Amino acid sequence: MFPNLVRLLRYRGLIQSLVARELKARYRGSVLGFFWSFFNPLFLLLIYSFVFEYVLPAKVDGLEPYALFMFCGILPWTWFASSLTESSNVLISGGNLIKKVLFPAEILPIVTVLANMAHFFLGLPILAVFLIYYRAPLGFPEILWFPVIVFVQLVFTLGCALILSALTVHFRDIRDILANILTLWFFATPIIYPMGAAPALGRRGLNMNPFTHLAVSYQEVLFYKGDFGHWKWLLALGAASLAFFLFAYFVFDRLRDTFAEEV
Amino acid sequence: MNAIEVFHASKIYRRYSRRRQFTTLKSALLSGSLIRDLRPDETFSALQDVTFTVPAGRTLGVIGRNGSGKSTMLKLVAGITKPSSGIVRVDGRISALIELGAGFHPEISGRENVFINGIMLGLTKREITRRFDEIVEFADMKDFIDAPVKTYSSGMYMRLGFAVAIHVDPDVLLVDEVLAVGDEGFTHKCLDKFAEFKRRGKTILLVTHALGLVERFCDEALWLDAGRMQGLGDPKRVVGAYVTDVEVTEERQLAAGDAKAQESAGTISPDEPAAVLPDHPIETAEAPGDMFRATEGRWGSREIEITDVQLRAADGDSGHVFHSGDRLDIRIRMRAPVALDDFVIGIGLFNAEGVCCYGTNTSLEELKAERIFGDAEATFTIDSLDLVEGTYKLDVAVHRLDGYPYDYHRLLYTFRVKSRTKDVGIYRPRHAWTFSDGVRFEKMPS
Repeated sequence: MFPNLVRLLRYRGLIQSLVARELKARYRGSVLGFFWSFFNPLFLLLIYSFVFEYVLPAKVDGLEPYALFMFCGILPWTWFASSLTESSNVLISGGNLIKKVLFPAEILPIVTVLANMAHFFLGLPILAVFLIYYRAPLGFPEILWFPVIVFVQLVFTLGCALILSALTVHFRDIRDILANILTLWFFATPIIYPMGAAPALGRRGLNMNPFTHLAVSYQEVLFYKGDFGHWKWLLALGAASLAFFLFAYFVFDRLRDTFAEEV
Repeated sequence: MNAIEVFHASKIYRRYSRRRQFTTLKSALLSGSLIRDLRPDETFSALQDVTFTVPAGRTLGVIGRNGSGKSTMLKLVAGITKPSSGIVRVDGRISALIELGAGFHPEISGRENVFINGIMLGLTKREITRRFDEIVEFADMKDFIDAPVKTYSSGMYMRLGFAVAIHVDPDVLLVDEVLAVGDEGFTHKCLDKFAEFKRRGKTILLVTHALGLVERFCDEALWLDAGRMQGLGDPKRVVGAYVTDVEVTEERQLAAGDAKAQESAGTISPDEPAAVLPDHPIETAEAPGDMFRATEGRWGSREIEITDVQLRAADGDSGHVFHSGDRLDIRIRMRAPVALDDFVIGIGLFNAEGVCCYGTNTSLEELKAERIFGDAEATFTIDSLDLVEGTYKLDVAVHRLDGYPYDYHRLLYTFRVKSRTKDVGIYRPRHAWTFSDGVRFEKMPS
């Protein structure tokens, strides 16, 4: 398993080109091309703003404007959810490659996660502009935590993507279940509601959810004023994610030889 | 030093039973059988105990019928799948021409795909940049290299894939029946490239059905059949053994096919001929009209019955596969319960397209029938079967001079003619080439 992980380093050129290809191919043929990566989050933000301003006016103290609060959580969630949805299918749709070309299969889910991360990054400027416009400028020391949060999410998402992609080859029904699990997961994460709004019991449950700590971290660093108080949770999650990633890679590695026959 | 070493390699694929196909994650988790279910329970051996080595710089041709495990073996050597047991060792950089252009993304340009495909096959970006022009030149795609790959024709797609794979500059090249990629010109270019690889001391493993190529090009040949090794060694000898084996199988298939046709034809009762063929003058094979459109069958009053038809080679063995130029005897056994003096025995020879290659009968050859009674035998001898390669069918008939059929066997006997010369047409006249001083030929190495 570890030699294979090291071997992955040699393939970073391929990963890089495949991510670039993924991004290029996605908008190839559309008029606005890359700008869709900006416009999609922008439209999403505008729609939420409209809904929570006029349709369902939500006035929660300290969460003004509410749409912006939600957006801080939804942007990373989109990265996470689409990575999982796409990687659950990636080995099957890339079956031709796995069967006919010799290259490490884990590259495919990794590329999926990285490509979605690139979309996430492209959405950040929109978020930053609105945050600076509506709220005070981003707090200086806290913002340094931002890359750490992104890294923890990356490791966690990679772990999930590896396990999902490997298991889906053998159990195709995962693809169908996944959408529902993700919807449930979304509402079980403090993204559209603040962590503080949950009752004590619910809060304990929320703490069990890894993505809670990512969402809360993003919100504390980007949205709330004041210090980043959640860092202990974040670091703990980081350590756990690393262990989870290694476990996921182990599972993937064990199943590797079966892919060429099953996809 | 050996570039490829395969020791007692076997490959077992699992097959799904019905139960297994509907296994879901949930049920696997509930019954705790997740790991157990990933193990095969019903299996299929694609390769069994294959052992061979290819010394560096040599070329090995792998031949065999469809489904004999050739491609599985190539995948084992390429490292795409692992052997279920045994050892496969390869020394040096491999490039596998198994599926050309696998991994091309349809939406992006040929140029970008060349880079990504090249990296996938193990080149660095700099190496590709250096070879890029050569690749495009080889694929003959200068004008289209910046168009998205989805706009390519399948030939262009394959050519570009081939060009990238061949420019990986491997130490070991694995080729799986990809020479059928382009037009003649491109095929020649590929063969030249292979020859160049050979000259430069690269090892080549070639899976192909082009037996001539194996004989001409390979240092050794490996013949696989149903996953087992049938032969390994000198290409001429192995190819010869393979061709003989194919003939034996074909022979069996033709015999089975004939038996089936004769069986079903035999069920037509003798009272029915009118329905099958309206009372219209039937001569032998030259008879015009519906005659030529009639399919396999048998009809006639059976006053004279054809009991057996055998095709015999020069050595007297009956068979279904003959070589062009061989002697062929068609032996017809008949039985006439009542003595008759009005009868004609005829033969018609048709090719697979239904074109009558030759037809004759005793009356046309000015033999006047005198008497037939009891068991009788007629033999039609063709001294030299001067037909081009193909499958042929025979009409054999006994009828009255006016065409009234006693027993008509329409296209019930099949045989194959094999030829080393791939000439075309229906008939091969005895011929020879002679040349004046102004023109010279050299015999091609076969």
